[in-house]
Amino acid sequence: MSSVATEPARHAGTYRGLVARRLVILAGLAGLLLLSVAVDVSLGPARYSLADVLRTILAPGGADLQMRVVVWDIRMPMALLAVTVGASLSLAGAQMQTILANPLASPFTLGLSAAASFGAAMAMVLGVTLFPAAIGLMVPVNAFVMAMAASLLIFGLSTLRGVTVETIVLLGIALVFTFNAALALLQYFASEQALSAVVFWTMGSLTKATWGKVAITAAILAVCTPLFARRAWALTAIRLGETRAAAMGVPVKRLRLEALFLVSLLAAVPVSFVGTIGFIGIVGPHVARLLLGEDQRFFLPGAMLSGAVILSATSVLSKALLPGAVLPIGIITALVGVPFFMALILTKGRKAW
Amino acid sequence: MVRLALEQLGARYGRREILTNASTPWLEGGALTALVGANAAGKSTLFRRIAGQLRGTGSVRLSDATDSDLRYMPQDTAMTAALTVYESIILALKQGSGGWRLSAKELAAVDDVLHRFGIAHLAEQQLPELSGGQRQSVSIAQTLVTRPKVVLMDEPTSALDLYRQFEILDALRRYAAETGAVVILALHDLNQVMRTCTTTIALAGGRIVETGPTLEVLTPDLIRQLYGIDSRVERCSQGCPMMIVDGPAAQLLTA
Repeated sequence: MSSVATEPARHAGTYRGLVARRLVILAGLAGLLLLSVAVDVSLGPARYSLADVLRTILAPGGADLQMRVVVWDIRMPMALLAVTVGASLSLAGAQMQTILANPLASPFTLGLSAAASFGAAMAMVLGVTLFPAAIGLMVPVNAFVMAMAASLLIFGLSTLRGVTVETIVLLGIALVFTFNAALALLQYFASEQALSAVVFWTMGSLTKATWGKVAITAAILAVCTPLFARRAWALTAIRLGETRAAAMGVPVKRLRLEALFLVSLLAAVPVSFVGTIGFIGIVGPHVARLLLGEDQRFFLPGAMLSGAVILSATSVLSKALLPGAVLPIGIITALVGVPFFMALILTKGRKAW
Repeated sequence: MVRLALEQLGARYGRREILTNASTPWLEGGALTALVGANAAGKSTLFRRIAGQLRGTGSVRLSDATDSDLRYMPQDTAMTAALTVYESIILALKQGSGGWRLSAKELAAVDDVLHRFGIAHLAEQQLPELSGGQRQSVSIAQTLVTRPKVVLMDEPTSALDLYRQFEILDALRRYAAETGAVVILALHDLNQVMRTCTTTIALAGGRIVETGPTLEVLTPDLIRQLYGIDSRVERCSQGCPMMIVDGPAAQLLTA
């Protein structure tokens, strides 16, 4: 016990080192994201050099009109939508896994994407709009309304039953099956043209990106992130178990409902714009957890960054795999992401989950 | 000096009444108090009712402390979070304080509990890698890092080996003496209770049947009433009180 006097400094020092290492990892992820976005913007059917593209981004006035339109109006919104959507879905998945204490949880296991697909299909097959004022945006608005309706249903019913993890998960699974069946029914009666539109929509695609969509998804991130950040310690404590967190003074049930609502927003809006890109919500948080642990001060930005990096890199791949064609990004995310994800799980020896 | 008294506390799960009119005289801080009783006697319910996690009738009176000075440690459960022991204790310290930054004083408080409860060597370990006993020690450190004035611990030594039981109970006794805190421990080992706790609360069927100095409460009659076991309480040759079982348990062995 003679080392007691010097030991405390050692542990605090080790901890400071851990914090510094995590900040470096976060900075690395941010750097990776910038790189990926730059490559993403430079790739496309029209072949421009990276230097030309960078010049067009930094000094748009000097570039010729065609290049300015391609880079600023087509590629930039797509590349940035990949970033905001990736960050939103990953953050949604991260907090879902946190509040439900379940590594499999994601906005999609709760039926949000099934509901969104059903809403989109209603527009494409039946021409039904759930919000007549926005007839031009029928598909995304329908998808959003259905996704929010699904999550509000879970919200309401689980409040009746006491907001336990089991209630939320079981209701979510019931909704997945319900909406999938309803979607199949619509597809069964759909015309061939409508059917292919529905199928393509559910594959997920960034090609309909606009600056408006980038702005909306970014705004939702800008609203939700600080709300989660303010609760960082409480959210981390929930992962020690419900009773332990409650004993530390965390209002577990209220926090769960608040998070559920924010997660619904974070997931429903991107899905209504780009279709089903489900894998990000599971893999993004797991990558962040393996790299940074679950202290939300690092896990929260880490999950957003890793989700954004993964979707941005996937966007690059979806253009690079078949020259001249842009493959639906929802397909590539899972096909390319899964082997990478498995390698990560198998090489990291941690026992968390 | 911190003091705590219970007045007619009641609690129910649905229609089932778990706790009835639980009252105690003023319990003085500065030493350990034991809460004893058979399984399902209502020990955890009483703790959760005092901690405000359950609502019900009656009231908890505190002197020289407020509700926010109270910490409750639930019974041991798994911890699967990807956090180090050090981080998990920081987490307990920072609840309610909001800010993301950690002061040198806060880090010193974490180091203090790590050493106080003999788990400094675990500081950098991941929670899921801990054994049951290690996890329990970490739980205790999490509970006491804020230096609460009222502490309720549900079976804090149930997963510990014999040496660690003595070490932890001794550390808890010193914590109470240093801070003047009211520390109530739900314990099953009556010999440990007699050795370390000055006051004992006995609970049976959701009612407090006795509160007072440990040796006056833990009589053979009361032990029979609580556990259905015939026993004697005697002094060992060194003078320390011991419970010796002659009842059904001993009969089972010789049968």
